[in-house]
Amino acid sequence: MTTRLLIRRGRVIDPTQGIDEIADVTLAHGKVAAIGRAAEQPGDQVIDASGKIVCPGLIDMHVHLREPGNEDAETIASGAAAAVAGGFTSIVCMPNTKPALDTEAMIEFVYRQADRARSCNVFPIGAITKGREGKELAEIGQMVRAGAVAFSDDGVGIASATVMLRALQYVGMFNRPIIQHCEDADLAAGGCMNAGFTATRLGLPGIPAAAEELMVQRDLLLAESTGCAYHVAHISTAGAVQLVRDAKRRGIRVTTEVCPHHLLLTDEFVEQYDTNYKMNPPLRSKTDVDACIAGVADGTIDCLITDHAPHGREGKELDFQAAPFGIVGLEVALGLFAKALVAPGHLNWNQLIARMTTAPARILGLRKGSLALSGDGDVTIIDPDLPWTVDTSLFQSKSRNCPYEGWPLVGRATHTIVGGELKFALEGSPSSMVA
Amino acid sequence: MTTPSHTAPQRPLAAQPPSPAGGAPTPLESPPQVSWPHKNLLGLEDLTAAEILHLLDTAKAFEDVSTRSVKKVPALRGRVVVNLFFEDSTRTRMSFSLAAQRLSADVIDFSEKTSSLNKGESVRDTVRNIEAMGVDLIVVRHGAAGVPHLIARNVQCSVINAGDGRHEHPTQGLLDIYTMRQVKSRIAGLKVAIVGDVVNSRVARSNIHGLTRLGAEVTLVGPTTLAPRSFERFGVRVCHDFDSVIGEFDVINMLRIQRERIASNVFPSLGEYSRLFGLSNERMKRAKADVLVMHPGPVNRGIEMSPEVADGARSAILRQVTNGLAVRMAAMFLCKQAGEAT
Ligand SMILES: [Zn+2]
Repeated sequence: MTTRLLIRRGRVIDPTQGIDEIADVTLAHGKVAAIGRAAEQPGDQVIDASGKIVCPGLIDMHVHLREPGNEDAETIASGAAAAVAGGFTSIVCMPNTKPALDTEAMIEFVYRQADRARSCNVFPIGAITKGREGKELAEIGQMVRAGAVAFSDDGVGIASATVMLRALQYVGMFNRPIIQHCEDADLAAGGCMNAGFTATRLGLPGIPAAAEELMVQRDLLLAESTGCAYHVAHISTAGAVQLVRDAKRRGIRVTTEVCPHHLLLTDEFVEQYDTNYKMNPPLRSKTDVDACIAGVADGTIDCLITDHAPHGREGKELDFQAAPFGIVGLEVALGLFAKALVAPGHLNWNQLIARMTTAPARILGLRKGSLALSGDGDVTIIDPDLPWTVDTSLFQSKSRNCPYEGWPLVGRATHTIVGGELKFALEGSPSSMVA
Repeated sequence: MTTPSHTAPQRPLAAQPPSPAGGAPTPLESPPQVSWPHKNLLGLEDLTAAEILHLLDTAKAFEDVSTRSVKKVPALRGRVVVNLFFEDSTRTRMSFSLAAQRLSADVIDFSEKTSSLNKGESVRDTVRNIEAMGVDLIVVRHGAAGVPHLIARNVQCSVINAGDGRHEHPTQGLLDIYTMRQVKSRIAGLKVAIVGDVVNSRVARSNIHGLTRLGAEVTLVGPTTLAPRSFERFGVRVCHDFDSVIGEFDVINMLRIQRERIASNVFPSLGEYSRLFGLSNERMKRAKADVLVMHPGPVNRGIEMSPEVADGARSAILRQVTNGLAVRMAAMFLCKQAGEAT
């Protein structure tokens, strides 16, 4: 690639280098070539970023892409398109596809499809157990060789303490984290929303907070004994946040993440049995929401994710108990996090960006999330003051299962640059060529 | 054992003004001047006190249809009512069928056993097909909460919930309240016990919403696993010691116990349940002399109550069945009228 990409006069924020200043960023040959004043040369592609934030490309370490197996709901290509439209330059996909990503060949398949899509970076997470059945370990070592960045049976927790202990021991050998969907299947059995007064009113079976906390508690004991890196997926309860906070204090290698909906919505939003509010973990109480926000603010919760979970219309039009869990989030996440965390003053933009770039890169060992010289030219440009309204009909994702339709938000990615190439520009925020 | 306590209702819906009827409507009382704006009857939680009273008074007007030689009025002549039952309930279906026929509607019974895999999908397809045949009113019973709401979103015609999972059974709640008002001449201030498996009961939820809205004092009685304190947020009292409170009640509404609950460990045995929470002859002696005993049926005799109590002078069980017809006629009539007005 010969053209350079010049991003002019933006507020450059790079938490890894402690940069927060107005500067130009020059990308060349797919890499970061310079930060500072740049002189334009003929043939340069130029983006005027004045008034905007220029930061390392956003990373979402928890998405579901549905390929292979349910390409009607999402494909790797459509999910990646949704990601760049939301400002993400890298996404990390969960292995609960059909079949599951539980072999070297499946990991290679994800990389191949992502290459063909020529959109954002896609990093696969391998299943911990064969077929995600929670019984026999999958060929983890071979998946590591093929590029699996972490291991998880997400969608379900590993019910057997023995299997979990073995997984932590074994995966520790490759210095990759185990990501656990913390839910005691026995306590959660049959539940479709948070066990609370709204579930009582609606007559729906509940999932108690204890179902999450019980498994977090057990796993922390196991993680402590093995020393393996352990990551709690989509944390949602006050008790779980406190367990992680205490464990970090004790020096256990634990990290965690949270979704926008667990910072903005409570179980009281489940009215009229609207399946767009059905997700797992379920929407919790106000106390839990407050605890999650406090957990982000004090650093207990390391990073921010979407748990993007597309489902086709026919699925979400089922009755509440029968409908699948999950909502889409890639295209609204940045605005939602700004609303939940920046607008009320829990985080500043610097901190928010760190939670969406540096933190996931560190947890997964990715050489991403930084604007260091010669690093990959993954850059997101954000207009932090841009007001916009969620319109699901404009989504790049194949699915529309989203409870935020019509929400007014402030803050949005205007440009997404992956490997030095502009992959997304919001309408009205174009780039120009120097003649 | 828990100390009985009253908790203020936290939902705005529960904070309706007390019954405008102000206590004791006579059989001749004219219906309150409220319109009935609801095309659908999905739950009593959605209704105001005035709307509930309007429905009860409409039912009153339909009551004597059953005593005429020609047991029919032309209110729904030329209309088609479908009884769509995804879950068996011969009694409820018969009651709705008969009520619809007395309104001169054409009635189709339709039961559909659905697979657990795609039950929601067949619900949607089924109701769209049914409506395409020119149906005016769908009466639906389903094992999953919220299915009547799903149906109401997918059709233009009126929808009446005949029981959805553990959520609501509004016409049962209304016929219970109707029966209480018929016998006790009032609802406001009435002390009502709802006894048994409250957690899993749609009848209990509809009773709670309707009775609290009309100003009755509701006490839930049962083991902690079936009548948990969390229900206090509905504005009711919860008590786990039947004997300590039995003398207070004007009405005791006994819920049906499912034998399967033993498997889920909500109580250890039917014997123990019956000993602690059954309405035995012995326990009845401590109740008020004029207490009204109710049950949505069918009764497990010897478990929820003794055969003598079930068939005794205080029992309103058969009267409830009779009143179910008038209440369901009123519900269908009002919903259909509201649906055509829009
Ligand atoms: Zn999960």
